[in-house]
Amino acid sequence: MRLPFVKRAATFAHGIHPAYHKETGSLPIRRLPFAPRLIVPLSQHIGKAAVCCVSVGQEVLRGQVIATADGFVSLPVHAPATGVVEAIGLMPAANGKMVDSVTIRVYEADGQQILVSEPRDIDALDKKQLLAAIQQTGISGLGGATFPAHVKLSVPPDVVIDTMVVNGAECEPFLTCDHRIMVERTQDLLRGIRIAMKVSGAPRTVIGVEDNKPDAIAAIRAALPADGSITVQALETKYPQGAEDTIIYALLGREIPAGQRPASIGVLVNNVMTLAYLGRLLPAGEGIVERVLTVAGPGVQKPGNYIVPIGTPLRFLLEQVGARSNASEVILGGPMMGMTISSLDVPVTKGTSGVLAFGKAQVAEETPRVYPCIKCGECLNVCPKFLNPSQLGLLAAKREYAVMAESFNLDRCFECGCCSYVCPSHIPLVQQFRIAKAVNRERAAA
Amino acid sequence: MSMELRTSPHQISDRSVERIMLHVVLALLPISAFSVWQYGLSALALLFTVTATCLFTERLLNRAAGQASTLNDWSATITGILLALTLPPAFPLWMGVVAGFVAIAIGKALFGGLGHNVFNPALIGRAFVQAAFPVAITTWVPPFAPQRFTEFIPSTLTLPFMLPNDVSAWIASASVDGFTGATPLARWKFEHFVYPLQDMLTGSAGASSGETSAVLILLCGLYLAVRKFMDWRIPVAVIGSAALVAWSFHYYDAIAFPPVHLVLLSGGLMLGALFMATDMATSPVTPLGVWIYGAVIGVVTVMIRYFGGLTEGVMYAILLGNALTPFIDQYTQPRVFGTRQQGAKK
Repeated sequence: MRLPFVKRAATFAHGIHPAYHKETGSLPIRRLPFAPRLIVPLSQHIGKAAVCCVSVGQEVLRGQVIATADGFVSLPVHAPATGVVEAIGLMPAANGKMVDSVTIRVYEADGQQILVSEPRDIDALDKKQLLAAIQQTGISGLGGATFPAHVKLSVPPDVVIDTMVVNGAECEPFLTCDHRIMVERTQDLLRGIRIAMKVSGAPRTVIGVEDNKPDAIAAIRAALPADGSITVQALETKYPQGAEDTIIYALLGREIPAGQRPASIGVLVNNVMTLAYLGRLLPAGEGIVERVLTVAGPGVQKPGNYIVPIGTPLRFLLEQVGARSNASEVILGGPMMGMTISSLDVPVTKGTSGVLAFGKAQVAEETPRVYPCIKCGECLNVCPKFLNPSQLGLLAAKREYAVMAESFNLDRCFECGCCSYVCPSHIPLVQQFRIAKAVNRERAAA
Repeated sequence: MSMELRTSPHQISDRSVERIMLHVVLALLPISAFSVWQYGLSALALLFTVTATCLFTERLLNRAAGQASTLNDWSATITGILLALTLPPAFPLWMGVVAGFVAIAIGKALFGGLGHNVFNPALIGRAFVQAAFPVAITTWVPPFAPQRFTEFIPSTLTLPFMLPNDVSAWIASASVDGFTGATPLARWKFEHFVYPLQDMLTGSAGASSGETSAVLILLCGLYLAVRKFMDWRIPVAVIGSAALVAWSFHYYDAIAFPPVHLVLLSGGLMLGALFMATDMATSPVTPLGVWIYGAVIGVVTVMIRYFGGLTEGVMYAILLGNALTPFIDQYTQPRVFGTRQQGAKK
């Protein structure tokens, strides 16, 4: 418990304090071997899918472009391993849909070095050349948003960015890959920050890190440049500290006007993982072929942070870390906002920040009994957007979806899960809100 | 392996309706025990009878509606205990059965059960018997009567549909000096007698079973507030607004209006503020709303006492607050993030 009148770490109003389970935060990043087959989807980002430029039976080298970007809001895809293209076609993806993917049979005993690269002197490049180079790395938002990095960094000429916020909050329970990146790849991170500042024109950067990662804060502080343009700020450990709205509010005291982007208040937000990979890959001229992610949860015997090639099937990944036989719920991302998958044949993609395996014992043996709303009001006390989830839930039960959007700001909800987390009646509020939004979208389209 | 598909969040807290309600029951136990200590067998029988009636009614109506039993959510138990605590200790048991039945059947089940009721069920039960049995509900006996553990107060065992048996002989044999059969508020209203502060804090004044010891009620409420099973803002608003109004009147005319402690510590204000106004289902959910709701209850309570015909008033003030709750919620919706005027900080 904190004492009153003592300066606290920066924070936002409301939110929750779930059990954090950050045990893997002290484990160094380790590398996993190649799976015998890698399934590489052509669309791992928001925007148009990449266009495949290899054919079945063709040999590909680790790092080689196997699909090119289709226009500006698109990203290329690189071969994660050396091998032979075995198939090109529809394969299951994490969201349950079938997506175009390239299946590569990996050559056994192949090395981990990147075979195709194009090193460049980034200081010699201007903004436009830098943006093109960033697109060629294939980096999307690695925190899970998967928005192409070069698009996010392309600031329109009429917009002035005064501050870049670097999101190192990592507020989701269990996930610690951002933590390890900040500790182990601090120089990559700072190089990435400088590149992003140059491209976006942001004169200063604030790195926000939750105060349950003091080693990350110390590592970054030790590496900061002397000119003061980049600072690091401790944030209170509270969920959802790492959401765009909340981290900007915590660090800068500014609210993003409802329905607008951070750029409207002169702010650009990037995830530490995205910037660390940018700082690592751009000077080397490599494409993103692997990423660091957290594998954890009670269903995993060897939890930790692993470097996993893009396209690694989850079944192989879980075998490598010793999944327990009772693990029945596998979540991509964190437990608060991640999604469960229906098949272990889906691959790791650029946006996969964590793979959590929960066993039956953890997922409550019987679904807790749902009671009517007793109007305790706790959901209002935790909603970081100051919505009224109680009222929204009552309306959802009556299928008053239009009223939810028009009178109770349904569209401001970003599904952080705080209301469902605290609800003593175990009403599936977030699920109801998702359904309401989907129905409203369909009605609007019709 | 078989895969389970669920939507996020996949991690939830250990809060549950059963847990909240069970802790309210636990917090009511010391108050109940104290009332039995004060009033003996009759208070115990009343507590038991009213609570059992509430549980029985709830189960009966579950069955009639073809629902699974809702007894295990503990809410009917809370209604029963609270209702018993607001009744005079000498209240005939058969009237207690009526009160318990009305509380659950009309106050709760008729609206659709837990969470759907507009009014606090215990207070609906009490309001009904107050109208139906005006004499019985204002018949007070002294606490700590020496024979309280060996014999019932005569009115307790009144036969169903009969008028209460006379208690004056029992009060006389209790030989408690100066007991007039009136509560501190009534004695002020009709005699301008100021009860000593200490007696009111510790429960030596005559009143309903569970309303007498302000200290005990505050401690039990504090437990719930600290464990976050109760919204502390409501009792603070109720007691604060009542104190402010009472102080203003007393300051204006110290002869006509009673001192603040008499207002706060009598007539079930403490029990009402901490355990009945805070009923989640019938109080507002918005942060501003709970303050308004609490203030309305506090002010209306004092107004009823000063200018109405009743000597008390907490019950009607809370019922009025309950009725206003949907209205208060509607007009105090929180300001959504991102709709503030820009540029306030840094």
